[in-house]
Amino acid sequence: MNTGTASPIPDWVVLLLVYGVPLVALVVFGFIGAWLERRHYASIRAREAATANLPATNLRALDDERAVQEAWLVTASVVISIDYFKRFLAGWRKVFGGRVRSYETLLDRARREALLRLKEQCPSADLIANLRFDTSCIANARGRNRQTVAGVEVLASGTAIRFAPAATGGALRAAG
Amino acid sequence: MNPPVLTSDVILTNLESVPGRRIVEHYGLVAGSTVRAKHVGRDIAASLKNLVGGELRGYTELLQESRAEATARMVAQAKALGANAVLNVRFSTSSVAQGAAELYAYGTAVKVE
Repeated sequence: MNTGTASPIPDWVVLLLVYGVPLVALVVFGFIGAWLERRHYASIRAREAATANLPATNLRALDDERAVQEAWLVTASVVISIDYFKRFLAGWRKVFGGRVRSYETLLDRARREALLRLKEQCPSADLIANLRFDTSCIANARGRNRQTVAGVEVLASGTAIRFAPAATGGALRAAG
Repeated sequence: MNPPVLTSDVILTNLESVPGRRIVEHYGLVAGSTVRAKHVGRDIAASLKNLVGGELRGYTELLQESRAEATARMVAQAKALGANAVLNVRFSTSSVAQGAAELYAYGTAVKVE
């Protein structure tokens, strides 16, 4: 079989390298990514329960009789990305159209994480007013004209408000 | 992990007032911006992290630092005008080139009681 043009590497090795390695990488990174996402969601749920007593609203005007003692700006952000396998799935989804679940969970995680960080920054506040979310794509430069999405950044910002302690003791919670 | 404290003596809010305080003087728009690029090390670390997904800490920190700097510039401008508060603070991010982003912070400088 030794003709002049034959490669010293057998065909099956080349095939394995070209198709096998990316396939194994897809499966391995997919599993790790899914495990990390489950862990992240568990952490989000636990922390959401822990910060549930600090309400956040996107209203600008405060409809509250209590005197404000202090108001200050709080911001929190997170940059998050999806795994190789989900990006692969999302690529295929573009062929058929429809819901891209892998990106839906990515954005959901990012927004909830940013809000949690915001709340964790102002434990002394009674309320966060005018909550805003800004989402931006962080493009990763790989290849000459190929922009792969490396991740999304979500910035949460709001005004933390602390009310003056009520003269009678037990502060009233605003309804709604 | 916590972003740097944004301000010391100038009150910042993203409301149209400082709750509980009265505005006595308006100074108009103040803004601060910075354009930052990430360094190669962070890029490599991020592209590795990209394989399994999850938070890209290097980028989170970079953007937080940049935003803090843009805010500091805005606050400096407000102070120079004699303001003691900046209202309706907004942030915007735009990518000017691959691997570089502009962070912009703007608001209205006022003096409150």
